[in-house]
Amino acid sequence: MGWYIGRRLLQMVPVFFGATLLIYALVFALPGDPIRALFGDKPVSPTALALLRAQYHLDKPFFVQYLYFLKGVFTLDFGTSFSGQPVISQITRAFPVTIKLAIVALVIEAVFGIVFGFLAGLRRGGIFDSTVLFLSLVVIGIPVFVLGFVGQYFIGIKWGIARATVGGDPAWVDLILPGAVLGALSFAYVLRLTRNSVAEGLSADHVRTATAKGLSRPRVMTVHVLRNSLIPVITFLGTDLGALMGGAVVTEGIFNVPGVGNLLYQSVIRQEGPTVVSVVTILVLVYLIANLVVDLLYAVLDPRIRYV
Amino acid sequence: MKGALGLAALATLAACGGNDDDNGGSGNGGGGGGGTGGDVVVNGSEPQNKLIPTNTNEVGGGRLLDSLWAGLVYYKADGTPENDLADSITSTDAQNYTIKIKTGQKFSDGTAITAKNFVDAWNYGALGTNKQLSSYFFQPIEGFDAVQADPPTAQTLSGLAVVDDTSFTVKLVQPQSDFPLRLGYSAFYPLPSNAFDDIDKYGENPVGNGPYKLKEEGAWQHNVRIDFVKNDTYDGPRKAQNDSLAFVFYETYDAAYAALQSGDLDVLDNIPPSALATYQDELGKRAVNQPSAVFQSFTIPQKLAHFEGDEGKLRRQAISYAIDRAAICKSVFSDTRTPAKDFTSPVIAGYSETVPGNEVLTADAAKAKQLWQQADAISPYSDTFTIGYNADGGHQEWVDAVTALLRQTLGIKAEGAPYPTFAALRTDITNRTIKGAFRSGWQADYPGLFNFIGPLYATGADSNDGDYSNPQVDSMLKQAEGTTDQDAANKILQEVQTILFTDLPAIPLWYSNASGGYGEKASNVEFGWNSVPLYYQVTKS
Repeated sequence: MGWYIGRRLLQMVPVFFGATLLIYALVFALPGDPIRALFGDKPVSPTALALLRAQYHLDKPFFVQYLYFLKGVFTLDFGTSFSGQPVISQITRAFPVTIKLAIVALVIEAVFGIVFGFLAGLRRGGIFDSTVLFLSLVVIGIPVFVLGFVGQYFIGIKWGIARATVGGDPAWVDLILPGAVLGALSFAYVLRLTRNSVAEGLSADHVRTATAKGLSRPRVMTVHVLRNSLIPVITFLGTDLGALMGGAVVTEGIFNVPGVGNLLYQSVIRQEGPTVVSVVTILVLVYLIANLVVDLLYAVLDPRIRYV
Repeated sequence: MKGALGLAALATLAACGGNDDDNGGSGNGGGGGGGTGGDVVVNGSEPQNKLIPTNTNEVGGGRLLDSLWAGLVYYKADGTPENDLADSITSTDAQNYTIKIKTGQKFSDGTAITAKNFVDAWNYGALGTNKQLSSYFFQPIEGFDAVQADPPTAQTLSGLAVVDDTSFTVKLVQPQSDFPLRLGYSAFYPLPSNAFDDIDKYGENPVGNGPYKLKEEGAWQHNVRIDFVKNDTYDGPRKAQNDSLAFVFYETYDAAYAALQSGDLDVLDNIPPSALATYQDELGKRAVNQPSAVFQSFTIPQKLAHFEGDEGKLRRQAISYAIDRAAICKSVFSDTRTPAKDFTSPVIAGYSETVPGNEVLTADAAKAKQLWQQADAISPYSDTFTIGYNADGGHQEWVDAVTALLRQTLGIKAEGAPYPTFAALRTDITNRTIKGAFRSGWQADYPGLFNFIGPLYATGADSNDGDYSNPQVDSMLKQAEGTTDQDAANKILQEVQTILFTDLPAIPLWYSNASGGYGEKASNVEFGWNSVPLYYQVTKS
């Protein structure tokens, strides 16, 4: 078990280098000079332009810039944005907010998705099943920004049930609406996955055995059917955590949640290489660690799986 | 949870960007007098730089500076300058100015404001090695070239001299009659002497001298909000009528508009494109839509093939006649733009909508065709006419409309050339590598006609991106700058525009309006000449 985790963690090292280099190259390839843009439509002081470019190593070739970035990372200095803010403080402000939002979204999609999916799977082809399947298709078909604006308009503005915009330092309750919007698409997937998985599980041999042994129906359904059916669902939820954190750009924009999506959007627009690379790299690491946790959870759900 | 709109009992609790600590603390320190003006919440955006007056050149930071600082002059809502800290600004030749400041003025920490605070701040802003984004504002002052050299051959501007605690003199490179008018811009604010010890640290928690000061150390929560409270040491004409002012930062104007509708926001200074068509109905009397000092155009480079010399003049005029500005302002912008009648802006003193030659800005398809054919007789045109724009700024709709009109009217190939970002577009423009016309615009730095013309159309001027050059224009601009009589100067500037209407270095399109709105609890909301609301006047019930 320990060996296995160690091996997996070692595998992250090349991924880290590959990801940072790739993202750095992408930001570098963006057209235009970000320092030039700082001056807006107004006249540029050539002296200031040259000095600022040198300050951020923008006058150096690509690979040298990347090495400067790496050197910074190893001395735990992630550089500063063009506004003179340390990247690390931007990240420590933004990540907790997005983690909060992602947790809300994950809880919503997991609870509702598994409950509805389980109920639909038990009565495959029934009226509840057909309705839920149809509705989940509708949710999959609606783009997230439509869902976001419609939800904001009715729930936030017209009825005043929740805050239309969230702002900094959000309370959990304020994140329910944006969280629901963010998790809506995955909720539909979780629901359909659970439903199919449960429906297949019902006719499995071990379930028939459990029923024949005279176990109560609720026990058969939860311990024998649901637990086994959750393996693909847990896999999906695990990988979804990374996707939720990176994919919150649109939702955070609509509800004004000052999190990672917001930060990423701003820094891409301003071509702040160090910020973009640091944020995306952390997202990559989150993704990898979530995957590892999912693999370890398999052993909990399925006694036949053992890691050595 | 906050209920629906109109719960007066919640008035003081409402509208805080999710901060629980907002309701505790100060407890509305009205401190007697004529009641309190309330705690006003307005929209903002994260400043692109630390709050240093000479290093802030965008609206997000600019509006914060104007609340935290007071300058020598300030601009009333209609753009007329009035003395704020200045006692007098005098000159006999428009080149040598003597500036006297009022006695007894203080920064918000209680230290006295002297002439040296101005001179030091200006010298700091002008010095090239300080990398200040607004350094070009000091260009008119003698010695600017020396401090901007690389490396600088002087550390301070030779044209600035402190006389005593309350007066200093400014010597300009050449006469400039509108120099005093510029002094309300944020680049000219004073700085306390301890600011220079660690300017970055200062810019995070600045101490100013304006109607407001920071609520506390660390009041600027990056990317979230910044909180100001009334500054009692300021005793000028812009005294705050409310107790506190909070700027909540919004990533998009769509989100800010939603916050206004749900009562989280008292004043919104801009309307997102998605709500332009509906906001005046939705907000009713609380909608704002008035002209402002923003001029929009597109520039056709002087060196563009077929657009030089006489052939170029004909083609430029044909293109201008082909554009139905009123129709585009209506259909694309829901009348939140005003069709241009000149090269400046209707909110600027001296503006005239009857400048001779401005008929070229009316839509006249027949005339456009005729002029284009005359040009074709000189040399036939088979290129594609492109207008470059940045796709991240909401320009696509009007560019598509304009190019469609050119295709229909002139029977040529015309299309927009989108750039992914503003940076990419500006880089191509400044390197002169752009192939075709490009969108251009000018937001005035100060409310003077000259600001719309000198920097853009004088030969070799900093923002003359089309490389327009006309000796007659140059000498008239010099003449306008040299006269101390503002009316005479404005008259000359109108004559310059008549020449510009024949040459059309840029094709004027429209003036952007200040479009915004305010909440049900806010009153005394007035938008200034530069489209920024006068926050210090707003009161909240």
